[in-house]
Order: sequence, then C-alpha cells, then structure tokens
Amino acid sequence: MDAASETGDGPGVHWMSETSKSPTVPAHRVMAIASGGGHWVELRRMAPAWQGCQIHYVTTEPGYRKELRAEPEARFHVIPDANRWQKLRLLRQLLGIVWLILRLRPHAVISTGAAPGYFALRLGRLIGARTVWVDSIANAEELSLSGQMARRHADLWLTQWPHLSGEDGPSYRGAVM
Amino acid sequence: MIFLTVGTQLPFDRLVAAVDAWVGQTGTPVFGQISDLAPENYHPKHMEWVPRLAPEEFERRYEAAPAVVAHAGMGTIIGALTRGKPLLIMPRQAALGEQRNDHQIATAARFGARPGIRVAAEAEDVAPALDALADQGSAPPSLGPHAEPDLIAAVRAALLGPR
Repeated sequence: MDAASETGDGPGVHWMSETSKSPTVPAHRVMAIASGGGHWVELRRMAPAWQGCQIHYVTTEPGYRKELRAEPEARFHVIPDANRWQKLRLLRQLLGIVWLILRLRPHAVISTGAAPGYFALRLGRLIGARTVWVDSIANAEELSLSGQMARRHADLWLTQWPHLSGEDGPSYRGAVM
Repeated sequence: MIFLTVGTQLPFDRLVAAVDAWVGQTGTPVFGQISDLAPENYHPKHMEWVPRLAPEEFERRYEAAPAVVAHAGMGTIIGALTRGKPLLIMPRQAALGEQRNDHQIATAARFGARPGIRVAAEAEDVAPALDALADQGSAPPSLGPHAEPDLIAAVRAALLGPR
C-alpha cells in the first residue's frame, strides 16, 4: 500500500513555505503522457499544473530526456512510437503503457494525445486514476480521433477551442497558448 | 542558416521542392529535416538535409537559424512564438496525400496572422515569402513558456481530485 492510500482520503496539499506559496503533494503520482512533436510541446506547457507532484513523463522520443535536466525530480519513460496503421507497433506501445500503469500506479493521468494518451487514460481509469484529456490546439475544426475516443474515459475532457465545446462536452477552460 | 522542418512522420515534397528551388536561385543556404524519403519522393539538389534530428540537435539548429520554414505543426509554431523567430508555414493538404486530414489548414488560418508568421498556401507563394522572411529580422517573443493560467488551474484541480 502506498503513502497516499494509507491516509485514506488521498494526498493533502502542503505548503512548502509561506514565502514561496509553492504547493507540494509529493505522494501524488501524476503520469503526463504524449507522443513526440507538438503533443509533447503542448503537454510541457501545462507543467505548473503538476508542480510539487511526483511527475512521470511518458513519450515516444528518447531525446526529450535532456529537456528535463533542470527538473531532477521528474521521472522519464520511453514507449515505442507507432501510427494508427502500424498494428504491431501499436500493440508494443500498448504493452509498454500497460506495464508503466501497473508499475507506477499513478493517481492521475493527463494527455494531449495521441494514441498513447488514449491508451493511458483507459488503463488509468481501470486502476482508479483521475484522468484528464486536453485535446491538441492543432484540432481547431473537430476534435482529434483519439480525443473523441478518450471521452468516456476522461474525468476532465477539454478542447482548446471555445467553438468546439458543448453542453455534453468537451469543455473549454483555456488553451496552452 | 535558415532551418526547414516538416516533422519526422511524413515527407512533404511540395514544400521541400519549393524551398530547394529557392536555394538554387538565390544561393541562400538552408538546412532541412525532411523525414524519411521513399525513392519517389523529391530529393533536394541544392540544400543540405537529414531525415531526422535528435531533439537536442533540432533545438540547436532552431535557435541558431535566422528564420524557420515548416509545415503548419503546432510544435514549430509554439517554438517560433516563444523565441520571436520569423516563421514561414505551409499547411499540408489531405487531398494531395500530405496528411490524413486538413487540420494544418485550420492551424495556418488561425495562427498565420500572429506576429512573425507568414503562410504559403501554394508552392509559388514560397519564394516571395522566403525573400520577405530573410529581410524580416527577429521579433520579441510574443508567447511565454506556459499555458493560460485558467487551463493550468482547471487541470491541477482535476489531477489532484480524490480517486
């Protein structure tokens, strides 16, 4: 049993100091997952949202590890890349994400896309994690396919375009830029 | 040196050929990351290119470039706005087999008017836009490092909610 579940009602927010007002929730494990390129760039721009948590970044591009040199507390995991037509690679990617979800047991999962995010939200839900989908700002006319598929598995299901939001979702709460 | 990037997923012959022709005409050097080419894809004759760069090398090339030419990908657009880097984008068209849908056309329409960004819809727009880009010079960064505060607050509240 981990520290968060021992407390019974999830992690509390602690203030590191009155001066910095920087919240720290070190027992709260967050998985932030995206494929390489724009999805990753957009995901990283939301980093203040998980400040103070135990963050696990998951992506398809091993070279992004170097971006995190200034954040020694951040963990970094690489999964196989795949597009929707590469069925065998998609399967390997899925297995990589299954392994990470079971091993890390995140309290929350967030993604901007594409396929890896959909897989992670579905699997995260199965273990009771909070799930957040922020559809890429690149999808200005309709939600991405992975975003549409993530709907049923997301506690918070967001578009970055007000005109794509609706009563039944997705919601609009701002953009990464 | 001007940096050309079309991402690492798919080639983009229309843009690469137009930029290569401009390099041939003007002698202005361009370095390109143009993804893995099949034999039938356009192979540049005048410019230096690689299929893909490691992220660190990509960043180095991007930072050092006086201007960037790219497909209309969000990573590249955000990178240009945070650095004040002059940027020319050409959106990929699904009808030409350049992408599975036309989301890049929507991206170009919505971000093409931001400071420092130019759009070339067709191959013949590329040369004049590159001439203008070369003269443009860098602008102050118009975008900070983080998402809008409202989005960050909403995401944080959701991530920290009870299981």
